[in-house]
Amino acid sequence: MSRPEDTLQADVHYNDTEARKYTTSSRIQTIQAAMTHRALELLDLQSPSFILDIGCGSGLSGEILSDIPESEGGPHVWVGMDISPSMLDVALQRDVEGDLFLADMGQGVPFRAGTFDAAISISAIQWLCNAESSETSPAGRLARFFNGLYASLKRGGRAVCQFYPKNDVQKQMITSAAVKAGFGAGLLEDDPETKNAKTYLVLTVGSAGTKGDITGVVEGMDGVDVVDSRRKGKTGKGEIKKGSKAWILKKKDQMEKKGKVVKATSKYTGRKRRIQF
Amino acid sequence: MKVLTLNFLSCAVKTCKSSSDSFPLHPKEAELAKDDVEINPQLLVNVLPRIDWAALRTTSTELGFPTLPDQPPTAEELEADEKMLQELHTLLMEMQIVEGKLVCGHCGHEYAIREGIANFLLPSHLV
Repeated sequence: MSRPEDTLQADVHYNDTEARKYTTSSRIQTIQAAMTHRALELLDLQSPSFILDIGCGSGLSGEILSDIPESEGGPHVWVGMDISPSMLDVALQRDVEGDLFLADMGQGVPFRAGTFDAAISISAIQWLCNAESSETSPAGRLARFFNGLYASLKRGGRAVCQFYPKNDVQKQMITSAAVKAGFGAGLLEDDPETKNAKTYLVLTVGSAGTKGDITGVVEGMDGVDVVDSRRKGKTGKGEIKKGSKAWILKKKDQMEKKGKVVKATSKYTGRKRRIQF
Repeated sequence: MKVLTLNFLSCAVKTCKSSSDSFPLHPKEAELAKDDVEINPQLLVNVLPRIDWAALRTTSTELGFPTLPDQPPTAEELEADEKMLQELHTLLMEMQIVEGKLVCGHCGHEYAIREGIANFLLPSHLV
């Protein structure tokens, strides 16, 4: 699978041809719609809300936000940000309802604190992992983005960002940047270990209506397994007291593995010597 | 761009984050258009507590709309008063800034608006 973010910048890659191709492809439309619906399910919005769409492109996901029927808590009002002028041009031609901004998410989110009820981002934040010039770094861009996003969401708000991670390192980099900004973060993977794997970064500001931690977001959803990889309490380190028998045995084992000559362990190993007169 | 959105926008320049002058942005040479949007009372009630009323008053005077009352209506008042709801809806959701500029009161940076899209891309020395 080719990754456009490896070769070009987002605003250069999505030129007029590419933007039109992207928007008119029925395959992409179906996938985007499915992912937007999944993200909305995770956001769990009960009433008409004010939503930020990061990397809105031609408004494929925004259109769905405007079309939510009243019975399901819609329609929502949204504001979209994108870096590609061509994509926004297509959005204008399609006459989408949200307000559009030409902005780079790596430069922060230019809204005052507590603006949005929720934020959504479909197939966009992997672009943050590439820096185009020597003045910026992926870590800096990620930090700027997540700090801005954290501030612009109201307390108890949620954000769902679907993205295509290149590898586990990138996944780790994005999640840790989000956690550093103050979010409660979790990754939801649909169809893991298949070609169609979809990764959703679920972020909460404050408690976000969930009991306990981030795993509360998926509570009551069908077919979701919770895998908690956070460290629990103390690790094994530090429990062995220096100078104790267990410590000596560990050291002897280490030395043996290094190939050094180590005396055999006996019943006298690590025993205190009697005081001699 | 809706007047509602303008009420939430602040200057994107890093040094302006700590200044109170960077909000609200002041529209300049703004061309307005009116879009017909279906009224959504629940949404207005939802957003009302988050609107910076003082900033909205400034913006509406700068855009040449009639002056707003000193105090924002409460949610109950708004729900009961259909006329006020309609007026607020027209101002916040239907009025669009199509062309013009937004100027930051602190650093003086001008953000251009074309065809309703504001350009918030910053040159690298301002990031």
